[in-house]
Amino acid sequence: MRASKQRRPAGVELMLLSLAWILAAATAFAQTPPAPSQTAAADSTAALVPSDTSTSAPPPAPPANVTASDAPSDGGGVVIVRWELSPDDAAAHLVESYRVLRSENGADFKEVGTVLAGKSSFRDSTSDGVSYQYKVVSKGPGGEGESETSGGMASSGQWFNQERWNLLILMLLVCGAILFSIWRATSGKPTYIRRIAGMDAVTEAVGRATEMGKPVLYIAGIQDMDNVQTVAGLTILGSISKLIAQYETHLLMPTSRSLVMSTARETVKEAYLSAGRPDAYREDSIYYVTDEQFGFVAHVDGVMLRRRPAACFYLGAFFAESLILAETGNSIGAIQIAGTAMPTQLPFFVAACDYTLIGEELFAASAYLSRDEKMLGSLKGQDWGKVIAMLFILLGSIVTTFAQGPGDSGAAHQIAAFLHRLWTGAAVGGG
Amino acid sequence: MKRGIPIAITFLVGISLVIAFFVPHAPFDSLDRHIPEYFNIIAAFAFVLGGGNLLRVHLTRITRRDHEWAYSIVTVVGFLLMMIAGLIKIGQTETGTGINLKADLADPALFFNWLYDGIFVPCQATMFSLLAFFVASASYRAFRAKTPEATILLVAAFVVLVGRTPVGQWLTGWVPPPFDQYLHIPNLSAWIMSIPNLAGQRTIQIGIALGIISNSLRLILGIERSHLGGD
Amino acid sequence: MTFFEKLGSVDRRWIFLFIAVAVTIPLLTGRSAPVIPSPIVQHLFDAIDALPPGSRVLLSLDFGPSTVPENLPMASAVARHCLKKNLALYVITIWATGPPIINTLMNDVIRADFPDKVYGVDYVNLGYKVGNQGVIQALNTDFKGQYTMDAGLGKDLAPQPTSRIAMMKPIGGLRDFQFIVPIGSGFPGVKEWVQFGGDVSGVDVGGGVTAVEAPLLYPYYPQQLSGLMGGLLGAAEYEAALTQAYPEFGESAKVALVRMFPQTVAHLVIVGFVVLGNIAFFAAKRRARKR
Repeated sequence: MRASKQRRPAGVELMLLSLAWILAAATAFAQTPPAPSQTAAADSTAALVPSDTSTSAPPPAPPANVTASDAPSDGGGVVIVRWELSPDDAAAHLVESYRVLRSENGADFKEVGTVLAGKSSFRDSTSDGVSYQYKVVSKGPGGEGESETSGGMASSGQWFNQERWNLLILMLLVCGAILFSIWRATSGKPTYIRRIAGMDAVTEAVGRATEMGKPVLYIAGIQDMDNVQTVAGLTILGSISKLIAQYETHLLMPTSRSLVMSTARETVKEAYLSAGRPDAYREDSIYYVTDEQFGFVAHVDGVMLRRRPAACFYLGAFFAESLILAETGNSIGAIQIAGTAMPTQLPFFVAACDYTLIGEELFAASAYLSRDEKMLGSLKGQDWGKVIAMLFILLGSIVTTFAQGPGDSGAAHQIAAFLHRLWTGAAVGGG
Repeated sequence: MKRGIPIAITFLVGISLVIAFFVPHAPFDSLDRHIPEYFNIIAAFAFVLGGGNLLRVHLTRITRRDHEWAYSIVTVVGFLLMMIAGLIKIGQTETGTGINLKADLADPALFFNWLYDGIFVPCQATMFSLLAFFVASASYRAFRAKTPEATILLVAAFVVLVGRTPVGQWLTGWVPPPFDQYLHIPNLSAWIMSIPNLAGQRTIQIGIALGIISNSLRLILGIERSHLGGD
Repeated sequence: MTFFEKLGSVDRRWIFLFIAVAVTIPLLTGRSAPVIPSPIVQHLFDAIDALPPGSRVLLSLDFGPSTVPENLPMASAVARHCLKKNLALYVITIWATGPPIINTLMNDVIRADFPDKVYGVDYVNLGYKVGNQGVIQALNTDFKGQYTMDAGLGKDLAPQPTSRIAMMKPIGGLRDFQFIVPIGSGFPGVKEWVQFGGDVSGVDVGGGVTAVEAPLLYPYYPQQLSGLMGGLLGAAEYEAALTQAYPEFGESAKVALVRMFPQTVAHLVIVGFVVLGNIAFFAAKRRARKR
């Protein structure tokens, strides 16, 4: 619906403008019409294209159907203003931008933002509970066209992010499976876990270092304590350092983060205490080097070549330095056990190390070493999570295959669309 | 009590952040923004601890003429030089020719930048360049056709190594369609990277994600306590 | 041990020497490799090429000195492409090691190849912001609040309030850009830009990463990533596409193309050593069977 609020120039100006408008319209219809603008993709790549640079260009028609709505699934403070593009936007290129005006009382409108031509929405930052009305003004070289006023809208916060309902369901399924498995494991029935060769080799590796009189090198990755791989590396350190304390071997642990150094010291100290060897604990065996990735690995390489550790553990988050560490360890003849959840670094560790914990095995290692029933139960719950993932992958593959086939596959199309929405409904997460 | 408090804090913060992911309403809306900032503040203070520890360990080695004490001199001198150069650059900018102690951070004549560009950057590039040599030695050692799986890996490695260079195009550019889809080495290399390799990567990522969920749940519920020491 | 069996235990230092020679000699010749753009890189090129003049492109340089040989040619090629197409280029970084790299891009590429372009109108340097993916999340809704000052042009232009910069006026959030190009080598990088930038704002994202990171990002192509340059080959492919479309960049935009030649030779040397190792393996196996 066209807005009725337009400026009315007097007599002669009106005739001249009408003449110019008829000429412009005739020229537009005589040309090959441009491809229809995809209003669904309202955030299109329209740029500043003032195709009609003549000073007699008419003002653009105003946008229509201006609506204001509370932004869904947010904490409040945002109103989304939407409108139908001015008819002079795509076809006649008379619009350069849209100005968004806001008022609390329906009278004093102030500009709150500008968007380029081709855009039909704007997110306004507001105060919750206050009702705002909006107008949108199409702006071009020939002037402006003001829309009608929208209805009033107040922003508010929601208590549930509806774009994440699919993630909530999946989280409840997977966490439910894990918690159920933990409960079942405590009921007395032993839990079977397959062998993890890398963890079975820990005793052999520490024993070898003890026999050769050489230290054990432990690297818990190069990320900080906010990375779950680092935490996993430190939980495994607790178990391994207890063994090191019992065998009276020397531990060398350079760290790349100060917080990791502090946490690792506490972990190792407690491990020595529980092994009954508090006197053997040396605080300076765990020390900070540098946050810088290659500075850290240069130091560790130097330590390896000079101190010649017999066993090297790389358990945590690594980046490009993984191969440098592993190859240097290989060159000194150390037994190397690595584990990381960085898929890009796994091939390097697999190629150069004796044992590699791949992905989830790093997180399962502490449970494996401790043999605690609750922790082993949680590993079983993980497996149920994998079963759920496999079922969805299988279902999705079958349905998508049928949905792409010829013939009437309406049901398959709908199921495929539902599955697509289930997996991609949330904006965050990707992939 | 010593472990009880950290476990309780972990539980409260963990549950709050999970809730904050689904509940956008205040006070949860700002939790996932502010808590990482708290961590950054703590980590920044912890850096002072780490830096102090670095100096103490290396100065002790120097004074005691302990093992590798010569390297400790290099470490301490490098640490202090860079720190002092970074601190004194603040203030009035000098406009003399040559190296300036105080200048704009973007000015290459600044002493701090001279150290960064002349020492830090080449050292970092050198360490990264080691990868080229180590990839060669690791490939030579690892890619042996000992088993059928290793043979498949070997063939895939050949295809990708050659396909990622113009040699692949030169060797099989003459293959006519539709055979070029699988016999053209660059196409085959792209297929290996985007289909079987990607399937493997995705599988590993699914396993990792589940492992992270399980591990995080154990940490939040206090079942996993090894990182706190003890049992 | 026979000669063939000895091939299986070559001292690694010979391998290092061969690699050093394989990289150095081709690099010294300065020749370019004939590279044809792959579909994933061509899509990125086409996506940027299709942007109308005046479109706003956000270029984020999220890498450090160690990956400059791979990532800087990508950034340079994209910057040249954008400015050739008269797109408005906003350069930022969320890595602490990014600012000197931005300075290099500004001085050696933008100001050198496009002296007619005006700072603040055609391109702007907004510098570094700490906060990793938190910065990207904040940029979605409050771009100007994050960048109240720009980073200037070193000695030539002091930092100034962004309220005085013409091209900052229409920017409220990431939604006001038409394309985002992150060039990265780790965390935070392209993945974070896709998850927290592109997915949230709805703006197209296409980027470049080191070769080892590229397979991790293939799942995002083509829905969440318009294209991806992977490693030196990806950079060379983009340069090839650029020089094909705009031959005037034939001399200036061939850094990655020149570096592909030593990479090719190095790959062939590695293949050669792997073949030698397998010859030795099978020779030893045959000998063991004979016994």
